[in-house]
Amino acid sequence: MSLKITGIGLVNMQYARPETAAEASKLLAEARGATRVLAGGTDVLVQLKAGMVEPDLIVDIKKIDGIRSITQEDGGYRVGAAVSGAELGEHAGVVALWPGVVEGFELIGSTQVQGRATMAGNLCNGSPAADSVPGMVAAQAIARIQGPAGTRDCPVADIPVSPGKISLAKGEIITSIFLPARPNHASDAYLRFIPRTEMDIAVASAAVSLVLDGAGVCTSARVALGAVAPTVVLVRGAADCLVGTKLEDSALAALSDACSAACNPIDDKRGTVEFRTQVAGVLAKRAARIAYDRAGGR
Amino acid sequence: MKNIPVSTTINGDPIEFLCGPDETLLEVLRNRLGLTGAKEGCGTGDCGACSVTLNGRLVCSCLVLGAEAEGGEISTVEGLAAGDALHPLQQAFIDHAALQCGVCTPGILVAAKSLLDKNPNPTETEIRYWLAGNLCRCTGYDKIIKAVQIAAEEMRSA
Repeated sequence: MSLKITGIGLVNMQYARPETAAEASKLLAEARGATRVLAGGTDVLVQLKAGMVEPDLIVDIKKIDGIRSITQEDGGYRVGAAVSGAELGEHAGVVALWPGVVEGFELIGSTQVQGRATMAGNLCNGSPAADSVPGMVAAQAIARIQGPAGTRDCPVADIPVSPGKISLAKGEIITSIFLPARPNHASDAYLRFIPRTEMDIAVASAAVSLVLDGAGVCTSARVALGAVAPTVVLVRGAADCLVGTKLEDSALAALSDACSAACNPIDDKRGTVEFRTQVAGVLAKRAARIAYDRAGGR
Repeated sequence: MKNIPVSTTINGDPIEFLCGPDETLLEVLRNRLGLTGAKEGCGTGDCGACSVTLNGRLVCSCLVLGAEAEGGEISTVEGLAAGDALHPLQQAFIDHAALQCGVCTPGILVAAKSLLDKNPNPTETEIRYWLAGNLCRCTGYDKIIKAVQIAAEEMRSA
């Protein structure tokens, strides 16, 4: 009896496992045809199965030195591009410094998906509803990018371009994401709306990062919304509503209105334009309160 | 298509195999190694029937390429029992009717063992969230959760 060997059916696909980021970049830059970077594979393998992409080359980045580690740097943390959700959630330092970033990422998928999925992959998948991206944008996270000409740093906020499209050039890969230091009396939070309790894609979401002074007055804020525009959006006008306040009801109402005004969502079976627009404001308000409490405000 | 040589440890045994660059770990386990415990339900990481652990992490083997397993340690449902002695989770699933058709069961057993390795005394809520990526269309979950609780209790007192 001969065993039936299946495979996805991409008979010409090459699999490469380089040991340096420069080598990975070179392989991708020189490749002809479609390519995919493989870290956790929770989006890439689904795309392959669905026939959405038929790559000629898959570059597995997990053997690159340091790409699976979290290291302290300048009071913040550099998270390697192949660090999984499970690994990030077990890192006490990152959880303490950026709880909103971690809680956003941990909302993605099942335990099995968390065992593999990465923040860099969630970012590069380019979904406007990516749960880890609003938190990273609010945190002013910086992606380190290896390209054929060397490395560059780019704010996470500047990576998404439109649904499924990102600003990386051919041959460029994200090697790590830097979550910066923050002062005392600072924290963040992320909330999303889904019609069930688990395992779903955000209908609308909001991340808020706050810095307070010793008296509990907000001195700076960043607010980012997900699933309500073609990309995750940073809403500067909403953040301005919080600065100089102790998040009194009037400040939160202004925040909510500013968030709703920034929405430009699609209308689909999971949520109407009106619903997403209203819920984004409500989520921002609630996330701001959580971030405020975490920052020690009162 | 050039086959890729891969060296792994599966259920404690060193195993080498050849696989195509487009073959998933699930396909390697089932079609090349005869380990048919892991099942293909959806093939897209939604149902958990193909759950195994890779380097100690619970994963869907349908979302892992066989080639990625190089140097890795894999545990499948076939490694759960010690010889003829069933694992307490397996025995509890039988004793408390936590399976009907059985397609989801290997994945749920592997996932539940992974939970109990990390947390020997999970609450019902913790069990339900941990197993949220394992779909069962027969039992309605209550008997599965109960069996995991009973096995956990037995393992704690063993």
